[in-house]
Amino acid sequence: MAEATATLRKTALNATHRTHKAKMVDFGGWDMPVEYSGLIAEHLAVRTGVGIFDVSHMGDIQLRGPGSLAAVNQLCMNDASKLQGGQAHYSAMLYPNGTFVDDVVVHKLSDNDYLIVINAGTREKDVQWVRSQIGHMPGVHVNDFSDYYTQLAIQGPKAVETLQKLTSTDLSTIKNYWFTWGQVCGLHNVMIARTGYTGEDGFEIYVPSDEPTSARVWAEVLEAGAEFGIIPCGLGARNTLRLESAMALYGHEISETINVFEAGLGRYAKLEKDSFVGKAALVEIQAAGGPKRKLVGLEMIDRGIARDGYPVATLDGTKIGEVTSGSPAPFLKKNIAMAYVPVQYAGVDEELAVEIRGQLVKAKVVPLPFYKKPKKVVLA
Amino acid sequence: MKDGENAKIMSYPADYKYTKEHEWIQVDGAVGTVGITDYAQNSLGDIVFVELPKIGDVLESGKIFGSVESVKAVSDLFSPVSGTVTAVNEELVGAPEKINSDANTTWILKVELSDAAQLSGLLSAADYEAFIAEETGH
Repeated sequence: MAEATATLRKTALNATHRTHKAKMVDFGGWDMPVEYSGLIAEHLAVRTGVGIFDVSHMGDIQLRGPGSLAAVNQLCMNDASKLQGGQAHYSAMLYPNGTFVDDVVVHKLSDNDYLIVINAGTREKDVQWVRSQIGHMPGVHVNDFSDYYTQLAIQGPKAVETLQKLTSTDLSTIKNYWFTWGQVCGLHNVMIARTGYTGEDGFEIYVPSDEPTSARVWAEVLEAGAEFGIIPCGLGARNTLRLESAMALYGHEISETINVFEAGLGRYAKLEKDSFVGKAALVEIQAAGGPKRKLVGLEMIDRGIARDGYPVATLDGTKIGEVTSGSPAPFLKKNIAMAYVPVQYAGVDEELAVEIRGQLVKAKVVPLPFYKKPKKVVLA
Repeated sequence: MKDGENAKIMSYPADYKYTKEHEWIQVDGAVGTVGITDYAQNSLGDIVFVELPKIGDVLESGKIFGSVESVKAVSDLFSPVSGTVTAVNEELVGAPEKINSDANTTWILKVELSDAAQLSGLLSAADYEAFIAEETGH
């Protein structure tokens, strides 16, 4: 184990996490904190107050030049021509057969300048894929900026109030999935994006990835959020938060063997675009009547916790699918899962079973997402 | 959270015996009390479910008698000895997190030993600590 640790990649906050007594795990080749004070406390802090995550392991690819919009639109299924400067959207890079290279968030920095945020575990694969698919296109320059940023996610209903203390930018003017540049903790031109992976309001900020700056900003955010009970949150809580909100995780709900329609992400695939990698396959799947299996939400009826990879069966025990992500949901206080099942079993209230270590345990199909953040009440 | 607030010092009572699967047993006469170690609860994180055996169940040393689940993982429970279950800690049905707050005193079951000689095959507190140190590479 000692040898393996030496080869793991570290973010600039690695020493900081160890100071916080974080439990560290190998996450896709990265030495990352899975939890600090405890997963449930961290999860609840984000749902009811505010939490901070180090997500610097995420990758960042910049496409720049007069051909960048055409390149982004060839590479990603959503339509980047709809983005304004300072706006971002969820998208995905597909293989020609309509399955996933990765899911991404595309940010339009300005005309001819896009930043694509990619997953940590697929960084190298993604960068190679980008170069192989659009490297030949005229007027586009590909930069891998993954190591340039410490990316911090400040998430929760108190995220605005926390971050507002550290910036002169009026955060209330940044709409969901928009971003701007502002001064944060005395640093100029920090990208401040109202994005996240928790199903809660919040921001992701991109600061220079040197250790002293990263540690200082981390500490200042913790201090600013202290009155709201901020705590550092690990990948464990990040996973349960995104699961409650039914957000896909690469290698689980989306992968190179799962297509866009199966994953229920068809609304982000803009088939009216002239061309993008994977379009032809998606058109064909749609013409053939849609996918044969679908991602569903499951809630356990009987006592038991569904986990990743557990078989899903009919009540009489016929195996029909598999759990992609399953866990107790700390905020909802239910045992929930997402799973792929044939479309005829995907209707809400359908009773199915999850095979938990040899036992069939009853579950039912429920609508996704499991959790939606409460709407803000606007007083007249 | 203040620095070091959760830097708990793990403890392994010297009068308990331990398994390499991270259970402890405290023996009083012919009855053993079984729980999981502080190391086990710490590795698992927030415990949300304990699957208990029933009173009268016959346990076999080294065999699975139940499981304990945290938010992120499930772990089987292995019996340190052979014998018959005389009591289970029903409190854990509603409050499994008690194991996190004090693993050394939060028992899971009591077992009437059928072969007390099996105890000599278990680890002492010092041996168990050495075993963990080796496992974790510290």
